[in-house]
Amino acid sequence: MPHALEVERLSVRFGRTPVFRDLTFTVAAGESLAIIGPSGSGKTVLLRALIGAVSSEGMIRWAPGTRIGYVPQKLDIERDLPLSGIDFLRAKAQVSKAAPAAVSRALALVSLTPDVAAMPIGTLSGGQFQRLLVAFALMGSPTVLLFDEPTAGIDEPGEEGLYAAIRRVQQTADLTLLLISHELSLVYRYATNVLCLGRRGICYGPPVEILTPERLQEVYGTPMKFHLHDE
Amino acid sequence: MTNSSLGALVLSIGTAVAAGLVGCFAVMRRMTLASDAMSHVALPGIGVALALHVSPVLGGLAALVLGTLLVWRLEHKTRVPTEAIIGVLFSAGLAVGSMLTSGEALIDALFGAPRALGRWENVLGLAAAVLVIAFVLRAKSRLVLALISPDMARTAGIAVPRLNLLYLLAFALTVALGLRYLGVLLMGSLIIIPAATARHLARNLNAMLLIAVSVAVASTLVGLFAGPLLHLETGPLTIAAAAGAFFASLAMGREE
Repeated sequence: MPHALEVERLSVRFGRTPVFRDLTFTVAAGESLAIIGPSGSGKTVLLRALIGAVSSEGMIRWAPGTRIGYVPQKLDIERDLPLSGIDFLRAKAQVSKAAPAAVSRALALVSLTPDVAAMPIGTLSGGQFQRLLVAFALMGSPTVLLFDEPTAGIDEPGEEGLYAAIRRVQQTADLTLLLISHELSLVYRYATNVLCLGRRGICYGPPVEILTPERLQEVYGTPMKFHLHDE
Repeated sequence: MTNSSLGALVLSIGTAVAAGLVGCFAVMRRMTLASDAMSHVALPGIGVALALHVSPVLGGLAALVLGTLLVWRLEHKTRVPTEAIIGVLFSAGLAVGSMLTSGEALIDALFGAPRALGRWENVLGLAAAVLVIAFVLRAKSRLVLALISPDMARTAGIAVPRLNLLYLLAFALTVALGLRYLGVLLMGSLIIIPAATARHLARNLNAMLLIAVSVAVASTLVGLFAGPLLHLETGPLTIAAAAGAFFASLAMGREE
C-alpha cells in the first residue's frame, strides 16, 4: 500500500528543550493512526510540525497531491466576533475553490442545521463548534485528516456520533486519518495503528499490542484503564 | 462644485470606504489599540518631507511603509509581542516626529488640514483607495481563515505571513490616504471606530463590512459638509460623528 506520510528522525526543540527526538514512522494511505500520550508529551506539537507550523529537524514527506484537513485542539474565539459558521465555511470553500454546495454538504455530514450555522461562531456550544471545525476540515476534498482531539467538549453520545461521521467520510473517500485522542476505547475501535509519545520514549503498533495495561502504564507513568463500549 | 473639490470629495469617500473595510479586520484581529498607535509613525516622515519641501503625504507614506515592514519583520523574528513592538516603535515615531515638525505644520499633521488637491494627487489617491478596497474584498476569505486559526489557514494553502504583510501594507496605505484631511492622530480612529460600531451590531461578515463602510462614509460626509456650516474643523467633526454612531450602537446592541 502506498504511503500517505513518511516521517524520519523528526525532532522538535523549543529553545534548548527537546519536545521529542528522532521520531520515525510511516502512515499508509487510508490508515487511521491514533497518537496518544500524557499531557506535555508533544502530541499537538507533532501535528503542528507535520503541517509546517513548527520548525523541526528530520524528514517529513507527504505523498504528492496531499490535501490536509486540520482541526486544532482549541481555538480562542471571542463571543461577539461577527462571523457566522456559514462565513467560516464559505471562506474555506472560496480558498479551496470548492463549489458553494460543498458548504451545505459539509454541514449535513456533521449534522449541523443551517440555523445553527448562521449563528456567530462565538455563541455556538462547545460541541457545535467542534462539529463546525470538522465540517471545515472535510471541505475542499482533503486526502488526509489531522484531528487534535476533535471531540473535546462534546458529551459521550455526541462524541460517538461525530466519530461515526468521521469514519463514514473516511471510508467513502478513502482518507488517511491522524488523530490525537484521550479516548482509548475509541482509539481501540477505530485506529489501525497507535503511536504513543510516552514518558519513556515512543512506541508504535496496532492497538491490540499497544493498548495493554503494562504498555499504557509505561506511556502514561500511571496505571490507565479504559473500557470497551458495547458494539 | 468645482472639478477639484468634486475630486477631493470622491477621494474622501474612497478613503472612508477603504478605512471601513480595513478596520473590520483590524478590530477582529484584536489590533484596536495597536492600529491607532500605528498611524503615529507617519509623523517623522511628514517632518522630514516638510524639511525637504516634498509632499508631506508621501513622506508620511514612506514612514508608514518602513514602520510596517519593521513590525512585520520583528514579529516573525523575535518573541516580543506585536503589541509591545508597535507600542514602542510608534510612540517613538510620535516623539521624533514632534521634534522634526513644529508650529502650525505640526498641528496640521496631527489633525489634518483639508486643502485643494492637484489633479495627480487626486488620481494617485483614488488609485490607492481602489487598490486597498480591491485587496480587502479579494482577500476577505483568506483574512477570515487566518484570523480564526493561522494553522487551519496554512493547511488550506494560505501563505499566512505574506497575507499578514499585505494586510499591514493596506492598513498603512489607508492611513496615508487620510493624512490630508484627518491627520496622524485622527486617521487611526476613522479605521477603528466604524469597525467597532459594526462589530457591535453585525452577526455576520457581510453585515459587518457594510455597516463599517456606511458609518465611515457617513461620518466623513458629516465632517466635510457640516464642518464649514458649523465653523468646525473637518477632521475632529468626522471622528466625533463616528464616535456618536458607536455610542448609539451600544444603546441599540444586537440580538443574542
